[in-house]
Amino acid sequence: MKKKWAEKIGFALFSGAALLVLFFLGIIVGDIFSKGAGVISWQFLTQAPREGMTEGGIFPAILGTFLVSVITILFAVPLGMFAAIYLNEYALPGRTTRLIRLAIRNLSGVPSIVYGLFGVVLFVQMMQFGTSVLSAGLTLGLLTLPWTITASEEALKTVPKSYREGALALGATKWYAIRTNVLPYAIPGMLTGVILGLARAAGETAPILFTGAAFFLPHLPRSLFDQFMALPYHLYILATQHHDIAKVRPIAYGTALVLLGLILLLSASAIYFRYRYRQRMKG
Amino acid sequence: MSGHLMDGKTVKMSTRKLNFFYGKTLALKQISMEIPEKCVTALIGPSGCGKTTFLRCLNRMNDTIEGIRVEGEILLDDRNIYHPEVDPVQVRRRVGMVFQKSNPFPKTIFENVAYGLRISGGYSKAEIAMRVEASLKGAALWDEVSGRLQESAMSLSGGQQQRLCIARALAMSPEVLLMDEPTSAIDPVATARIEELVLQLKDRLTVVIVTHNMQQAARISDYTAFFFQGRIVEFGPTQKIFTNPSHPKTEEYITGRFG
Repeated sequence: MKKKWAEKIGFALFSGAALLVLFFLGIIVGDIFSKGAGVISWQFLTQAPREGMTEGGIFPAILGTFLVSVITILFAVPLGMFAAIYLNEYALPGRTTRLIRLAIRNLSGVPSIVYGLFGVVLFVQMMQFGTSVLSAGLTLGLLTLPWTITASEEALKTVPKSYREGALALGATKWYAIRTNVLPYAIPGMLTGVILGLARAAGETAPILFTGAAFFLPHLPRSLFDQFMALPYHLYILATQHHDIAKVRPIAYGTALVLLGLILLLSASAIYFRYRYRQRMKG
Repeated sequence: MSGHLMDGKTVKMSTRKLNFFYGKTLALKQISMEIPEKCVTALIGPSGCGKTTFLRCLNRMNDTIEGIRVEGEILLDDRNIYHPEVDPVQVRRRVGMVFQKSNPFPKTIFENVAYGLRISGGYSKAEIAMRVEASLKGAALWDEVSGRLQESAMSLSGGQQQRLCIARALAMSPEVLLMDEPTSAIDPVATARIEELVLQLKDRLTVVIVTHNMQQAARISDYTAFFFQGRIVEFGPTQKIFTNPSHPKTEEYITGRFG
């Protein structure tokens, strides 16, 4: 009898902990949705802010976040995938490989503001990209790199060894075997990790703060070397830096809702890719 | 091509004082044997005796494992395949392999068989189609799959998958086919079909097969090598090994007293 009770209490504890997560997520999403849904309109999504950001929409911020994300993807995806291919397929176990892995693990724990400062030094100053879409995108790319590499490696690990061996036994070179018989089955899994990394990056404020995000711009970025507005930074300004915080609160919630929607969209596409990937592995 | 003769047969592959190390462990000791052309040679012995390791030396598949070392020579038509100037990729095109667990790729049946042909390139579409058909016929699978070549290879049964892997290897026109317990995961009916197939294959190529099944070795092989603790204890015509073995260990093993 006693054992049964212990089991019941244990079950309640575990399920309680899991439900608590759901509860908090529900509250956050519910709160933002109820307060932000009112301001969402076609105008809000397609117009620039007006009257000291108390009127108008958030289109420049949406566009800025989109442009920066594109740079992040173009930079982090190939680099992350190549690094993962090297680590999983070519690197011999040894000191160098251990050191690389250690570096990756530590990079994922570096606070995002540190990435921001590093971005200023490397991209803004040394490489002379200035505070720009390019600098911010590359900084976010660095931030997502540990995620991209780790996820890509995991995806490569799920491809059975027999696919590699089978190809090699038919006279394929190692790279041919990887290219034709490993990557096609790993790429959807890699994309899943990339998208989740991107979803995190798109919501970051600190790394873009010094590298290119602007408080307010009267025009859209004209080139990669222009400054830009971004959703998370815009939200931060509306919530803490604006001269009339109470007045712009609905706009802040609307911005939060758009940002949240964007990230949920990214996560949903990650889930979709994972689903497709599993179907494909079944043949 | 080869000067060596064995019972009046040409030797296709031979090993000379082959030592094989996994790290510091010596897994194969002083293996010297001759594999006759267009015959089936069976490798038998208890688990861990080195027969699979030996098989994987014959097409340099062991190269993919880290920390291995090979001493001695393995000759393919009198040429040492471990010579530093020999490209293992070229060796594997001549010496095909079928694995213990069938490993069709998650592609269509057609693309599985065409895979090897696409590596080297240089075949026209029609040539590839022709070779795929010939290979599937050679693996006695054509009649079962001719109407569904564009279906996934994963939809085939276990026995069909293994014959597909044989067809895939045959498409490369190998001179030697290595088979690592090809029927160990397959039901008796499918096993019989593969055994029948092996007997047909030896008309055109040399087969080396690892098996745990004594009856199978007796049924399909012309020569048998008995491995024990990394050494060849006895090697000779299958008939002799199974009816009149010279070594007591061989007799113990084939009569099922150990292993």
